[in-house]
Amino acid sequence: MIVAALALTASLGLGWAMLIRWAARDGRAYGIATPLLFGALLLWCWEVVCIGFGVPRVLLPAPTEIARAFATHLPMLWADFVQTVVRAVLPGYALGCAAGYLAAIALDRSLFLRRGVLPLAGLLGAMPIVGIAPIMVMWFGFDWPSKAAVAAVMTFFPMLVNTVAGLSGTGAIERDLMRSYGASYWQTLVKLRLPAALPFVFNALKLNFTLALIGAIVAEYFGTPIVGMGFRISTEAARLDLDVVWAEVALAAITGSACFAALALLERVVLFWHPSVQKFALSGR
Amino acid sequence: MTWLSQTAPPALTSAVVEACDLSIVFGSGEHRTVALTTVDLAILRGEFVSLIGPSGCGKTTLLRAIADLEQPTGGHLSVNGKTPAQARRERAYGYVFQAPALYPWRNIERNVMLPLEIMGRSLAERRASAKRNLELVGLSEFAQRFPWQLSGGMQQRASIARALSFEPALLLMDEPFGALDEITRDGLNVHLLDLWRRTNMTVVFVTHSIPEAVYLSTRIVVMSPRPGRIVDVIPSDLGRDRPLDIRDTPEFLQVAHRVRTALHAGRSYD
Amino acid sequence: MIRGAARRAAPIVVVLLGLVGMWYAAALALDLRAGQALAGSGASPQALIAAAWSLERPLLPAPHQVAQAVWSGLFGEPLGSARSLLYHAGVTALTAALGFALALVFGIALAVSIVHVRTLDRSLMPWVVASQTVPVLAIAPMVVVVLGNIGLTGVLPKALIAGWLSFFPITTAMVTGLRSPDRMQFDLMRTYSASGRDIFAKLRWPASMAFLFAGVKVAATLAVVGAIVAELPTGAQAGLGARLLAGSYYGQTLQIWAALIAAALLTLLAVGAADCAQRVLVARRGGRL
Repeated sequence: MIVAALALTASLGLGWAMLIRWAARDGRAYGIATPLLFGALLLWCWEVVCIGFGVPRVLLPAPTEIARAFATHLPMLWADFVQTVVRAVLPGYALGCAAGYLAAIALDRSLFLRRGVLPLAGLLGAMPIVGIAPIMVMWFGFDWPSKAAVAAVMTFFPMLVNTVAGLSGTGAIERDLMRSYGASYWQTLVKLRLPAALPFVFNALKLNFTLALIGAIVAEYFGTPIVGMGFRISTEAARLDLDVVWAEVALAAITGSACFAALALLERVVLFWHPSVQKFALSGR
Repeated sequence: MTWLSQTAPPALTSAVVEACDLSIVFGSGEHRTVALTTVDLAILRGEFVSLIGPSGCGKTTLLRAIADLEQPTGGHLSVNGKTPAQARRERAYGYVFQAPALYPWRNIERNVMLPLEIMGRSLAERRASAKRNLELVGLSEFAQRFPWQLSGGMQQRASIARALSFEPALLLMDEPFGALDEITRDGLNVHLLDLWRRTNMTVVFVTHSIPEAVYLSTRIVVMSPRPGRIVDVIPSDLGRDRPLDIRDTPEFLQVAHRVRTALHAGRSYD
Repeated sequence: MIRGAARRAAPIVVVLLGLVGMWYAAALALDLRAGQALAGSGASPQALIAAAWSLERPLLPAPHQVAQAVWSGLFGEPLGSARSLLYHAGVTALTAALGFALALVFGIALAVSIVHVRTLDRSLMPWVVASQTVPVLAIAPMVVVVLGNIGLTGVLPKALIAGWLSFFPITTAMVTGLRSPDRMQFDLMRTYSASGRDIFAKLRWPASMAFLFAGVKVAATLAVVGAIVAELPTGAQAGLGARLLAGSYYGQTLQIWAALIAAALLTLLAVGAADCAQRVLVARRGGRL
């Protein structure tokens, strides 16, 4: 144990010194390397503390044990992934986002309706929507449709609010210009306002994926067939099989980050013209 | 100063823009602002008319009213003998704003093609027009670039090319060079004058720079605020060929002096 | 002023009425068959509709049924009983409030550190942002179980989950807010030879207040959500989440809906409290944040 403590302090000291030096440097490479180093140090710390100090597995498994559990239970993890992410999250996410987008366009015509709907949408969106999970189970059954429904409802409101904000943000000069060309409402919508609203839409798209994932997983706590990430987490936690739980959490984290990164990449391509994307490309921060 | 009777048939007059006793009032009660009052003005074909005055004198409001972006509350305004709304629907004019207002997601060529897209012209026609107009403003090599890759002056030139794309006979410009530095501005002034000579358009140009107004125009309309009204209309007969150093000649300074006096008289400096 | 408020409220009221109308129609559609069973064959249309809207375990309860359930749950039961919604709401509120307080302290401290220590900024901030892509609520059961194992039961583990969920908006808002004054302001401080502490107390902190309150409102709603979800895994007996779970197990539709509405009201209360605090601050600052 003393060996572990010494090793820990030495390596941490070294790591921290490196971290300070790297953080002081500018540039894109260091911008990525520094948090990675921090993460690596954290993992190392975790590993040494768990193994070196003999922390019981039921309390906190070491990273290597989690990795082992991940590898061992890969088929089960895959089945859970398919049930939760592929069958519930993706359809729910797509449905909720599409519905929110179309609803925003429908609302665009009437200021009166917008004034009435937007405050309510903001309010409803702040509510604990995961709470509708038991109701969805009652309507759609135990299997994935109820979870997809929860994901859809959770993603609907942020998309609606953001798209409406994006549509209202077009500058007066640009709109006057369209008027001077004698452009119709639909021409102005398609050629000017929808492209200008894209940054807001992407904001909502990125935010919504995590919401959909959370919605589907938490909805499974309310009842699900014997497969699914939420199901696995709650049952294995009750059985104190914590390394499996951590493996599932790692899976959820990887899924969330991977999809976020994919959306961010898509955003860079589609929104190549937007200052926020350009700033990132130019300065590397 | 009433120029032409209200009932003269359009064919007999070559007035592109006619305002008779025009007034525009915004708001009501406590927040009532008289933007324009008793404005009488006729702008003939081929003229280059500047509207000059301090902020609040109604020059932009008058320009926007011609463009059907504001509605008159009194009096009469016609463009090409029709109401401004009809003229707008017939795409009778091109408008250039203070800011270039180019779409950042379109390259320069597609930005210039935008009005023609809305008017439903074919792709070949759009391409040809864009090519012509970019050449006119000297931006041919930048057709595939994006707006943020161009300087402010070049972006403004692109927005002028866009305004010209459907070959309007009337060009309305609202302080288009106001945000640019003086050196770029001089260059663009020469450019604009050249453009005007070549296309024979009618131009209505809003500015708050006296030298710019005198340099560019055939007539200068001096306006004054509270309430917005025309104080004087001063001809600027400096000939059609105007190199930049004409600004140091005594004739130029005389006209500038007249403009300055009129601005002062209208209590424009209060 | 009343005119203005009325004009703003009118669209909301109209939309609400429309929604309630659609709700009644949907309830009728979903509960028709069960209503028919209840009213018996050969019943008049009015009796049928009345039956559909007063089932004991409807697929979709009618608005008045929900309102009744909420009312009786909140005010109709003695406070200590397991059926009192007020009691359950209180339990959840306590958890949420504790979690929020933890998030506030931790979030602000983290934001201040990130803004002042470049190492933390470059190494930690990206992880703070990345943590948002991780469905944190998913680990709720685990955290509760683990902490239960080392003897930490009761409010604390649930509050920790609520706090974890709500610290992020506070941190990001504060980081943006602390960095919000423009260069000119910092240069001015330099000309005064102001110390780091002065710059923080007199410039950064006041400038960040507007951002902080925006983050606080989001954090308040997340704290309530976190508290509810934290109650789910442990077979908890008290709290709105537990109530939702129980209603789900026993098929008590009205219980579920009543708990949901209570949760919504609690969220409203939380945001309202944050808004009140903001108004007090705005008033002390002379009208603008």
